Amino acid sequence: MKALAARRHHRLAPVVLLLLALLVTGGVYAAFAPTPANAETASTEDIETGKKLFQANCATCHGPNAEGSDTAPSLVGVGAASVDFQVSTGRMPMQMDGPQALQKPRQFDEEQTAQLAAYVASLGAGPAVPTDEQVDASLGDVANGAAIFRTNCAMCHNAVGAGGALSEGKFAPPLWDTSERNIYQAMLTGPQSMPVFNDATITPEEKRDVIAFLVDQREGSAGGLSLGSLGPVSEGLWAWIVGMGLLVGAAVWIGAKSS
Amino acid sequence: MTTSTGTAAPQAGARKGAAPTTPAGKAADYLDQRTSIGVAVKEFARKVFPDHWSFLLGEIALYSFIVLILTGIFLTMFFVPSMSLVTYHGEPASMNGVLMSDAFASTLNMSFEVRGGLLMRQIHHWAALIFLAAIVTHMMRVFFTGAFRKPREVNWLVGMLLMIMGLAAGFSGYSLPDDVLSGNGLRITDGVVKSIPLIGSYMSYFIFGGEFPGEHIIPRLFTVHILLVPGLILALVALHLFFVVLHKHTQYPGGGRTDTNVVGFPLFPVYVAKAGGFFFVVFGILALMGGTMAINNVWNYGPYDPSPVSAGAQPDWYMLFLEGSLRLMPGQTEFVIGGYTLSLNVLIPAVVIPGLLFTFLFAYPFLEAAVTKDKREHHVLDRPRNVPVRTGLGVAFLTAFIILALAGSNDLIATHFSLSINTITWVFRILLFVGPWFAFWVTKRICLGLQRKDRELVLHGHETGRIVRFAHGEYIEVHRPLDEQERWLRVNYQAHAPLEIEPATDSRGVRRKGYKKDKRLQRLSRFFYEDRIEPVTPAELAAAHSHGEHDALESTSHEQIEAGTAAVGGGRDLVEPEKGADER
Amino acid sequence: MSDYQNPRSPESSHREVGHREQHGSLDTFPDPGLPEHKSRQADRDPRAAKRAERQVATLFGISAIGTIVALVVYFVIPPDGTTAGVRLSTLALGLAIAFALLGIGFGAVHWAKVLMSDHEKVDERHPIESDPETRTAAIAELEAGVKDSGIARRGVLKGAVISALALFPLTIAVPLVGSVGGDWNVSKFKHTLWKRGTRLAIDPSGRPIKAADVTIGSVVHVIPEASQEEMQSHEWITEKAKAVVLLVRLDPRDLKSDQSPEGETWSYDGIVAFSKICTHVGCPVALYEQQTHHLLCPCHQSTFDVADSAKVVFGPAKRPLPQLPITVDDEGYLVAQSDFHEPIGPSFWERLK
Repeated sequence: MKALAARRHHRLAPVVLLLLALLVTGGVYAAFAPTPANAETASTEDIETGKKLFQANCATCHGPNAEGSDTAPSLVGVGAASVDFQVSTGRMPMQMDGPQALQKPRQFDEEQTAQLAAYVASLGAGPAVPTDEQVDASLGDVANGAAIFRTNCAMCHNAVGAGGALSEGKFAPPLWDTSERNIYQAMLTGPQSMPVFNDATITPEEKRDVIAFLVDQREGSAGGLSLGSLGPVSEGLWAWIVGMGLLVGAAVWIGAKSS
Repeated sequence: MTTSTGTAAPQAGARKGAAPTTPAGKAADYLDQRTSIGVAVKEFARKVFPDHWSFLLGEIALYSFIVLILTGIFLTMFFVPSMSLVTYHGEPASMNGVLMSDAFASTLNMSFEVRGGLLMRQIHHWAALIFLAAIVTHMMRVFFTGAFRKPREVNWLVGMLLMIMGLAAGFSGYSLPDDVLSGNGLRITDGVVKSIPLIGSYMSYFIFGGEFPGEHIIPRLFTVHILLVPGLILALVALHLFFVVLHKHTQYPGGGRTDTNVVGFPLFPVYVAKAGGFFFVVFGILALMGGTMAINNVWNYGPYDPSPVSAGAQPDWYMLFLEGSLRLMPGQTEFVIGGYTLSLNVLIPAVVIPGLLFTFLFAYPFLEAAVTKDKREHHVLDRPRNVPVRTGLGVAFLTAFIILALAGSNDLIATHFSLSINTITWVFRILLFVGPWFAFWVTKRICLGLQRKDRELVLHGHETGRIVRFAHGEYIEVHRPLDEQERWLRVNYQAHAPLEIEPATDSRGVRRKGYKKDKRLQRLSRFFYEDRIEPVTPAELAAAHSHGEHDALESTSHEQIEAGTAAVGGGRDLVEPEKGADER
Repeated sequence: MSDYQNPRSPESSHREVGHREQHGSLDTFPDPGLPEHKSRQADRDPRAAKRAERQVATLFGISAIGTIVALVVYFVIPPDGTTAGVRLSTLALGLAIAFALLGIGFGAVHWAKVLMSDHEKVDERHPIESDPETRTAAIAELEAGVKDSGIARRGVLKGAVISALALFPLTIAVPLVGSVGGDWNVSKFKHTLWKRGTRLAIDPSGRPIKAADVTIGSVVHVIPEASQEEMQSHEWITEKAKAVVLLVRLDPRDLKSDQSPEGETWSYDGIVAFSKICTHVGCPVALYEQQTHHLLCPCHQSTFDVADSAKVVFGPAKRPLPQLPITVDDEGYLVAQSDFHEPIGPSFWERLK
């Protein structure tokens, strides 16, 4: 004890105390945090658990009955698809209020996400999570998907899904790593700034074609390094940096006196 | 019957000298008898060209043009310049079964079915980007070193025309595949053309043969791209190189290099090897880029249709300055006058701003000639620091160009740096005016500072870092004076002074005609040359020596040094060293 | 100080500096002459020269190997149509060709730098202008020619030849320009395919749209309904370039205003249709932000507020997007009430005439 007391004015003492406090807080939380419920097929239990999760994590903004508030829209009728999309990409719970929900590491695992989705779906009829067959890229027509993507999606997400800018700091994210299910769900539910593409505007088969197209793009470019697939600006940047860099370097070497 | 000029016509061996025996000799003799090629060989084989890496920048442009022609010939074997609609069957999967123009279909076929097709397309496009990058770099080298002065003003104009032809070649070239990205570029061009007062709508009809897009534009661009523009470029390049040979190449200042000689190495063998080798280096690097880096993958954009558009819709880099000025212009300035629409919001960025930029470049040599009234031939280049206002203006021009190009990429800047595109646009709107002015001011000050440093170096020599303590307690740092070559480099320039003009009124008080014009010219000349640093003269150097140059570099009284009047060395009282500090 | 005064003497203006430089004075330092030649290793050491020779030969050898590899690759690795296959073929051929070329380039340059003579040579420059004898002779020849032609005395001839030469280019220019412009009927800019009763259809499939199928927050890319054959022609693409429309459904409470004049309703239950061609310079305006109901054009960032008559809120456009008056037919499909009430797209001089 004396040793500790003697060092209580050490300049690192506050740091050690802070670390200790954090460890204690973390440990207590880990010990007392609610454990996730075991996976059960009964959906009423899912809805109940989902409701608890909702109240703990979502109700502060979306209201205790998901009726919405000043800062967040009502979730009645948004359907399981919306919840699955928003929660599985980590967009929800939102880090900061605003029109752009940033993707971040997901806070809830598959099971919890499904429970939240079940609860919200129970509040009002809305788009359902697609089946595996509906999002199977191998069943889609890449050419038709390309045509639909070009007309409806490329203006925000770029011709191959590399992402693009919207106004006032918002953006349409790149789609390289988006899961097939989430591509479908995003089209169907129109998250944040993205418009809604219901099944009349883009039919389920057409949605699958779009998924096939996007998956096909992940093979990379036939011409070599894709340089981000961002078009002439990145090509020009590389031409100057790599091309002119190498060429002017060669010119300097040619003009230099040899030893 | 003999002719009045003498005996029969000359024959092989009839002239004085032995008949040729080797195969090469016989071939040369055969040729010479029919072309008098001996004259050319004598003149050019050992022609001297000065040596510096910055003289190779124009060659990068020339060689990439040759690469463009070679790869372009390959492309013309497969490209179909037609807008007739076909249903394409083939790779890639995203294009299979799609209705598209024959131009687009032949581009896909060339990329995926023809051996080496995609490689040639990519080398061609990279070469086009490098062609224009090299032209701009070469042009700035010529600008900053003053190589556009007499007698090379005409060659400067030829070069400017080459740059404009290069822009036309690039624009017409990347529009040929008839894809969504370049097609939207054509749509924007149509919008700009339509905004021209009186004749705009008719010009739009002229270009497209009717309404946009019609079915004529791709074949017309093809003719422009492979016949009209390359023909003009070849003719202008020939003229450009002819002038270089006629005027002889300029040279950087240095020992033994004057306005009346050219110091360097002979064409054969040194430049045949160096310049010829450089062609292979340029071609090789372009082949490397074409084989490893994807460019203009038109199947990603899709065949042109007026409905789709992609995020990140920009033209090739050399058109970005136009794109940027279109993005920055606020929209309120469209007026209806007497029922007719005048769209200044389009005309100013697309016609006026590029007009200003190009006029500055075209007119610059003549502007400088007017403010110096310098009628000498110049063959020794300027060091940019010795012409501060010219260098400042060049940097200001580049700053404006770069700001416009960045403004044209504002959506990519927004996504990559997580910024608001609207904020970026506003920042660039302000920077477009503030930036060049600020860049000019900073550059001019840096140049003047470098000139002062050069003066100090000549007067006081290099700091050696050796400290010597005298017996009487004084410490000095020993300076090593510059050798002849180093000194010559720093004093061999002319600091132009502002123009002197005759007074406003003559001796009898009568106003002189033309005074106002002279006064304006004098004001402009003052802007250029009022702030100047004169090169060190031997008298000043002697004065510096006599006052003891062993002191550390002083930082006061530089105006006196520049005026060349006051005592140098900072005006400090200095005791002559007894033993003489070893300075040499 | 014109060069004419003493063009050939050493004191002439363009030679002044050179003359002074050679001799120096209190005003200028003397020219120190060419710097001393520094010898290279290969000049001093024959072994270094041999090594350099081997290096140059090796580089040329690499080029030859590169050429052979390129030929082999050309025959052995054709593009097989797949992305990966084309990529491999392009890469292999490109690298081989690069080696073939760079080998020669580096070899030739290395040879010049290390082995070829690097002693500087000096050539004299001569003034560009021709000497006075040539000039006077040239002027004399021209004057003789003018005298022979007799044009100086015959002013009528001078005027006549100039007039004829100035006129004749019209014989080529007028047909060239005149024939290139199609039918020159610029009033076509003011009309599109939309007519009373034309159904709105989805782009590019051509399916007609029922009002009930458009949910709030959705955007539909629209073309006038047409048959598949009609859609496979050039005329279609040219007409589509004026006729494309963006259909958006808003909550009617969010719809502040639209372009409907007094007594008319151009929207239907919160569904509004605007021309998709930007009024700036003609790109498709397609980025619809559901939450702000702003429409952003990706080309130059003109931004239009769909809830407020598509007026411009940012960017270089001046005019709002023209609205297409719509309603529903008796089957519930969305149809146009008429063509646009103003020319769509970018401005042109006679737009309002």
